Amino acid sequence: MTANAAVKEIAKREYEHGFVTAVESDSAPRGLNEEIIRFISSKKNEPDFLLEWRLKSYRHWLKMKEPTWQNVQHAPIDYQDIIYYSAPKPKKSLTSLDELDPEILATYQKLGIPLHEQKLLAGVAVDAVFDSVSVATTFKEKLAEKGIIFCSFSEAVRNHPDLVMKYLGSVVPYTDNYFATLNSAVFSDGSFCYVPKGVRCPMELSTYFRINAADTGQFERTLIVADEGSYVSYLEGCTAPMRDKNQLHAAVVELVALPGAQIKYSTVQNWYPGDSEGRGGIFNFVTKRGRASENAKISWTQVETGSAITWKYPSVILQGDNSIGEFYSVALTNHRQQADTGTKMIHIGKNTRSTILSKGISAGRGQNTYRGLVKIQKGATGARNYTQCDSLLIGSHCGAHTFPYIEVRNNSSTAEHEACTSKIAEDQLFYCRQRGLSEEDAVSMIVNGFCKEVFKELPMEFAVEAQKLLSVSLEGAVG
Amino acid sequence: MAHAPMLEIKNLHATVGDKEILKGINLSIHAGEVHALMGPNGSGKSTLAQVLAGRETYRVTAGEVRYEGKNLLELPPEERAVAGIFLAFQYPVEIPGVGNLYFLRTALNAVRKRRGLEELDPMDFLALAKERMKRVELDQSFMNRSVNEGFSGGEKKRNEIFQLAVLEPKLAILDETDSGLDIDALRIIAKGVNSLRSKDRAMLVITHYQRLLDYIVPDRVHVMAAGRIASSGGKELALELEKKGYSWIEEQQPPKTGRPGARAQ
Repeated sequence: MTANAAVKEIAKREYEHGFVTAVESDSAPRGLNEEIIRFISSKKNEPDFLLEWRLKSYRHWLKMKEPTWQNVQHAPIDYQDIIYYSAPKPKKSLTSLDELDPEILATYQKLGIPLHEQKLLAGVAVDAVFDSVSVATTFKEKLAEKGIIFCSFSEAVRNHPDLVMKYLGSVVPYTDNYFATLNSAVFSDGSFCYVPKGVRCPMELSTYFRINAADTGQFERTLIVADEGSYVSYLEGCTAPMRDKNQLHAAVVELVALPGAQIKYSTVQNWYPGDSEGRGGIFNFVTKRGRASENAKISWTQVETGSAITWKYPSVILQGDNSIGEFYSVALTNHRQQADTGTKMIHIGKNTRSTILSKGISAGRGQNTYRGLVKIQKGATGARNYTQCDSLLIGSHCGAHTFPYIEVRNNSSTAEHEACTSKIAEDQLFYCRQRGLSEEDAVSMIVNGFCKEVFKELPMEFAVEAQKLLSVSLEGAVG
Repeated sequence: MAHAPMLEIKNLHATVGDKEILKGINLSIHAGEVHALMGPNGSGKSTLAQVLAGRETYRVTAGEVRYEGKNLLELPPEERAVAGIFLAFQYPVEIPGVGNLYFLRTALNAVRKRRGLEELDPMDFLALAKERMKRVELDQSFMNRSVNEGFSGGEKKRNEIFQLAVLEPKLAILDETDSGLDIDALRIIAKGVNSLRSKDRAMLVITHYQRLLDYIVPDRVHVMAAGRIASSGGKELALELEKKGYSWIEEQQPPKTGRPGARAQ
């Protein structure tokens, strides 16, 4: 690509969510041991089953090794140098939104999250997780009329222990992988949602994650259970302040779609990516998986623009006959960001169908890897998969890598895979510029066009945000 | 200033890689004029168009280009667009996933903004676009298709003229807009172009064939050969060329230095 000095000079916009909020927080001492786990559990007044589960996870974790197969590079993580629990110190226990620490409220307002119900855009209920603790859940009453439970994970443990006990770890067992196991031991909060039989959730549910305190890890856990024939659409957004040390975010999301249920899970991930030299940023090591019973459908849509390193594979276990799994992904790496992301579609039931559409964009010195597994078991007769992975390169110092694994164990199934890698062509840029667009606007337009098939899967208001985010993340990418 | 040309090219030399394509072009175009630029393959017509539009693949090694009295060569492509230069591409580029109308509205508003004009809101723009689409008989289904993606050759060319009609530049350069068109499409395009002729607007129409000039009647005709303008005249020059072929011009040329048939693209 032709160098363009004018564009090079355009100041890179600073990460706009990089402010720190001054709230007093209540933290555990640095490091990890059984005492810390007991401390977290007791802070949250958890029932014994959960403490036992945490301890079991911790003991299992001690026997595990950090995985090294992913196509990313980082300095070793010192797990004893992390603060595993940090909660904003409440003045007293909260009974309504009005009592929320005004500093936190101001933070969410800065982030554009409408916490005040009266100010809410109709149709979005928000659960906000600040550092490790869920601080507010809006629209709870309205949802309760339909029998929908939408609350923080801690609250679910207190008020609906049977549901938690039944489904926690049912999709991602505590032994699953290094980071999921660590999460199982130390998770501090997260969101919980249960949609009863036959209920169509009347609004988009949303969780907003924010890491504020320094040197803390964020280990939240989300559990969504959609009972038979129900429907829920869930949005997740994330930001963090700019800090020059890496911070670990190891979350677990479990989705349970019972027969005939539909879960649509959308993520716009904008954790602090580190500076242009690769200092700081979030290590986003996340395990997301759903289990679909017969005739159920799970859709993952993700727009990953933030984090120094992204390592996640939102997956679907297509257990029931005729179940459907979908994965739509846009992952952008600029500067020195690295992403190793993709999905796993495990076909167990008959006539199960899965669609994978992955769009990777690499700019600067970014490295972008698609890694996917399509596994069609012997009993999954008539199963079908369609995979399309497209990569777009901007400039000549970035990289795109694709590792698709396909295992088909019966001969009545079909798996299709298409992949293409392209560079933003000089003629496309010139065409746009000849019509009057600046080089940066042209790149942003071409990239947005490249991602269109994924963006159209996002709920409206998220799609707009995702487009803007992509433009901001690409600033300084040309030249 | 009233009599100064809108575009004045003096002794323009340009290279791609280490190959010289333009070897001293001299050309002046006044507002209100339509100039036709003809010549065989490889003579440098498209290169001249691209150099005027600011393509960085080509390096200008000597000469100057003044546009409305300003040094055009120091402007990046988008600033030339803002200044009112439009190039109808010989090979219009596909931009997957970007809606045709969205693209054009963004371009128009980018240009308007830089000119200090108010941006058009989507409704006003839609009204304008629909009216201009009629001029080139482009079906409204093209509004929301991706830019040029899956368009036939003729549709792409009509889309270029549609963009021209919306952007209303001062200087329109049409690079072989007629190539690959059947006679009906040619008429439609010529009608569209003719409707844009005005005393404030100049056009440089690049073509291989006299045929187009039956419909878009030029004020001046120039014939290029081997990187230079070998001959200039009125519209009758095109007819003479049609009869005698390009070899007639080339024979009048000093010894050629460039490889015949070598293309800039």
